[in-house]
Amino acid sequence: MKAAVLVFPGSNREGDVAQAIELVTGQRPQMVWHGDGDFDKTDLIVVPGGFSYGDYLRCGAMAAQSPVMAEVKRRAAKGVPVLGICNGFQIVTEAGLLPGTLMRNSHLKFVCADVHLKVETSQSLFTNRYQAGQVIKVPVAHAEGNYFADADTLKKLEDRGQIAFRYCAPDGTVDGTGNPNGSIKNIAGVFNETKTVMGLMPHPENATEPLFGGTDGKALFEGIVEALT
Amino acid sequence: MTIAAEKNPPVKLPNEPTITPQVVAEHGLAPDEYERLLKIMGRTPTMVELGIFSAMWSEHCSYKSSKVWLKKLPTKAPWVIQGPGENAGVIDIGDGQAAVFKMESHNHPSYIEPYQGAATGVGGIMRDVFTMGARPVANLNALRFGDPSHPKTRHLVSGVVAGIGGYGNCMGIPTVGGETNFHAAYNGNILVNAMTVGIAPTDKIFYAAAAGLGNPMVYVGSKTGRDGIHGATMSSTEFNEDSESKRPTVQVGDPFVEKLLLEACLELMATDAIIAIQDMGAAGLTSSSFEMAAKGGLGLEMALDKVPMREEGMNPYELMLSESQERMLIVLKPGREELARKIFEKWELDFAVVGHLTDTERMVLSWHGDIVANIPIPPLVTEAPMYERPWKLTELPATLDAAKVPAPKDWNASLIALMSCPDLASKAWIWHQYDHLILGNTAVRPQDGDAAVVRIAGGHKGLAMTSDCTPRYVQAHPETGGRQAVAEAWRNITATGARPLAVTDNMNFGNPQKPEIMGQFAGAVMGIAEACKALDFPVVSGNVSLYNETEGRPILPTPTIGAVGVIADIGKTVGSRLTKAGLRIVLVGETKGWLGQSLYLREACKREEGAPPPVDLAAERRNGDFVRAQIDARRVAACHDLSDGGLLVGLAEMCIAGGTGMEVAQPAGNGVPSHAFFYGEDQGRYLIATGVADEIVAEARKAGVPAVVIGHSGGTSLVVKDLVSLKLDDIKAAHEGWLPAYMNATE
Repeated sequence: MKAAVLVFPGSNREGDVAQAIELVTGQRPQMVWHGDGDFDKTDLIVVPGGFSYGDYLRCGAMAAQSPVMAEVKRRAAKGVPVLGICNGFQIVTEAGLLPGTLMRNSHLKFVCADVHLKVETSQSLFTNRYQAGQVIKVPVAHAEGNYFADADTLKKLEDRGQIAFRYCAPDGTVDGTGNPNGSIKNIAGVFNETKTVMGLMPHPENATEPLFGGTDGKALFEGIVEALT
Repeated sequence: MTIAAEKNPPVKLPNEPTITPQVVAEHGLAPDEYERLLKIMGRTPTMVELGIFSAMWSEHCSYKSSKVWLKKLPTKAPWVIQGPGENAGVIDIGDGQAAVFKMESHNHPSYIEPYQGAATGVGGIMRDVFTMGARPVANLNALRFGDPSHPKTRHLVSGVVAGIGGYGNCMGIPTVGGETNFHAAYNGNILVNAMTVGIAPTDKIFYAAAAGLGNPMVYVGSKTGRDGIHGATMSSTEFNEDSESKRPTVQVGDPFVEKLLLEACLELMATDAIIAIQDMGAAGLTSSSFEMAAKGGLGLEMALDKVPMREEGMNPYELMLSESQERMLIVLKPGREELARKIFEKWELDFAVVGHLTDTERMVLSWHGDIVANIPIPPLVTEAPMYERPWKLTELPATLDAAKVPAPKDWNASLIALMSCPDLASKAWIWHQYDHLILGNTAVRPQDGDAAVVRIAGGHKGLAMTSDCTPRYVQAHPETGGRQAVAEAWRNITATGARPLAVTDNMNFGNPQKPEIMGQFAGAVMGIAEACKALDFPVVSGNVSLYNETEGRPILPTPTIGAVGVIADIGKTVGSRLTKAGLRIVLVGETKGWLGQSLYLREACKREEGAPPPVDLAAERRNGDFVRAQIDARRVAACHDLSDGGLLVGLAEMCIAGGTGMEVAQPAGNGVPSHAFFYGEDQGRYLIATGVADEIVAEARKAGVPAVVIGHSGGTSLVVKDLVSLKLDDIKAAHEGWLPAYMNATE
């Protein structure tokens, strides 16, 4: 599997996700500069975490207008899988590849902590190594991860199985206790209609080694590799 | 080289005020210091020149009160590559790698404007580290706030924490450790001490000393604005009297630009273009250009009109004294300007050739062709004021007899009260606002161990790091307190299994012109020096912050010690979390039951008295070396050093961190009163949880180290025979509840 990781001015978790991809594929992904609208053909495009353009104006808003994102949109339309993590989720959402929006955390503070996620479906190229209903532990690190969508959109997301992960308690209960940011319906990650684009706030790339936060995030990358090779 | 004669005396700028004794005083120069200036210059200075002298001879830049004492600190060891005097200290950690680190204060600005003050403190210390060619890998910070009931405290905590997070999180450097205390002595002067640790190849360390006649000096980074100029004192003597000049003296940070600057600098450093590099911190362009030329024994000419400016109408005085953030000065090899320019343009940063090096040993500044300053460089450094201020050592208070301290009436309540007191309560509310996981190398997270442990990318080696100081001990007896701060830092690194290597010291004190304050400083330095020598723990960088006083009331003397150690195999590192039942608990070190200056005395008995616990450096080293060897032999499941609150607090912390209970008892025939045994703060002690207690105790006996089994792990309660029985959930709720409840309160 060949992967590309986008790099914007202010990206800062591109190395973390590149390391996770290298761990499961043995291959360093191609790093693509934001001004480069003409990068090599790849099987997967990753939009990483960070503070693209300083998160000024609105998180992800400026990055969504960059030359590289115009190309990402063209490739996504042709079915090339796109994974947006944290700031990357904000960027692909701003770019219109995913429904909804990410608002400031309800408690108005940055939050870095391990959270528990309930896997909503294993029926996607991103989640095929998990079981539906499985609870995994991965960290979050953000100030604007409070997912919101209007009632109609939410209904469509639920009906079409476009919700990928929800925040939950360690025992899998989906209620307020496990929700770190106030996201509506505890939504932590969503798909587009074709499930070829996924965005999520948590960082599976920071949960791939036993000594460094556990390995619950590794299966996500292994699943992608399996689906795309 | 000799200093060239002054060929071109400066011109007077339009609206330039006359230098009067009042103008001199407003620049913080004493009359005799101004006499020195006149002798060096041989004429009346221009305003720009006066401003430069004022900045360079300020306490902050010249260390004029502290230098005579700082010389007493040990700074050498075979693994020290660079000691104090550069932007940061550098130590060899093997495999061709160096750890580069320093701690620095941003106290005063953080009190005035907590968010920006703390943020730019973090930004400044990170710049110090990457200026030397190192990529920052971790941040720590040591914070001291006033009494929680003081009306400003909540606002300051909130702003400082948000500022530290705002800057560090955006930079993408994990904030992995630190400490937070509260005491009424900090009501008017909080302390924000920020530390950064970076990694560089040992053969690619960058220094500030300029070299090469004619080589270009290049300005990169942000544009220069009017922030951070000595606005408050200077408003009446600005060249142009307009309202703009009255902006606050606090700098405004932009972490996004610093992230770009970091990447651009590291990209340029990977080429061979750089001869010398210096960040613009305190006193901005003045101190950076001066230090580069002085260290290189050269002169320089700079055209200030070439400096990128944020707004129109700025003048040379403002440009030289602005403390705008995210700027660097670089001396390039000739002909590398275009290569460098392309890199900085790629990162959308300013880049300007502003001057070149000369052989005159003079700093000649021009403004649209006119000379505005012409200063001989060496005497400004060699003739700088240096004071051996009168000092009076604090006498060692009488030892407090434990028998005269009441035992708790209700042991359960006393432990709950200690675990939830502001100094001991969980600081999770703070560190959850810091990204402590980015880069994917954090092995021991905040609260999971005595020091943070971070993997060095691409290998199995780990760096352990901590910051420590117990101000109430330093206040009671500065020499003991200085020794204890170093010993505790050494102990915290040791408790993770790492070998302590070197320290950075951040000396926060009151007004040095008072003999008792200067005596605190002197005493603390003596104690630090003694401990650093005894533990082979050299000081490689540091910072001094004096005049932390409000209306004559000084802070507690706070010499914060930041320390770094290395562990060859990060897989062997241990934390303090007790996660398994059936382990035995071994207490290492001697417990005499020292209650003087203990938290039990302060919190339960409302008394702050007695001598602080003595630090036996030989025992400290022997016990620590023993514990480290046991961890290395994989005999230890969890390890925790004992400090604030003593043994019982240490046990409770291990239990709640790992979610496993314990049953312990005071060894029979021990002879120490129970409250002194469990709450005394004797030094040089560790708790070990282990499956092979007998082996450890036998090894300890051979090594002459006191070690005794005091109990075993299991269950969901902490039980101390005949004294304490508490559910872990109840301890945890009290421990974790205080800070969020305090911060969420509206009154």
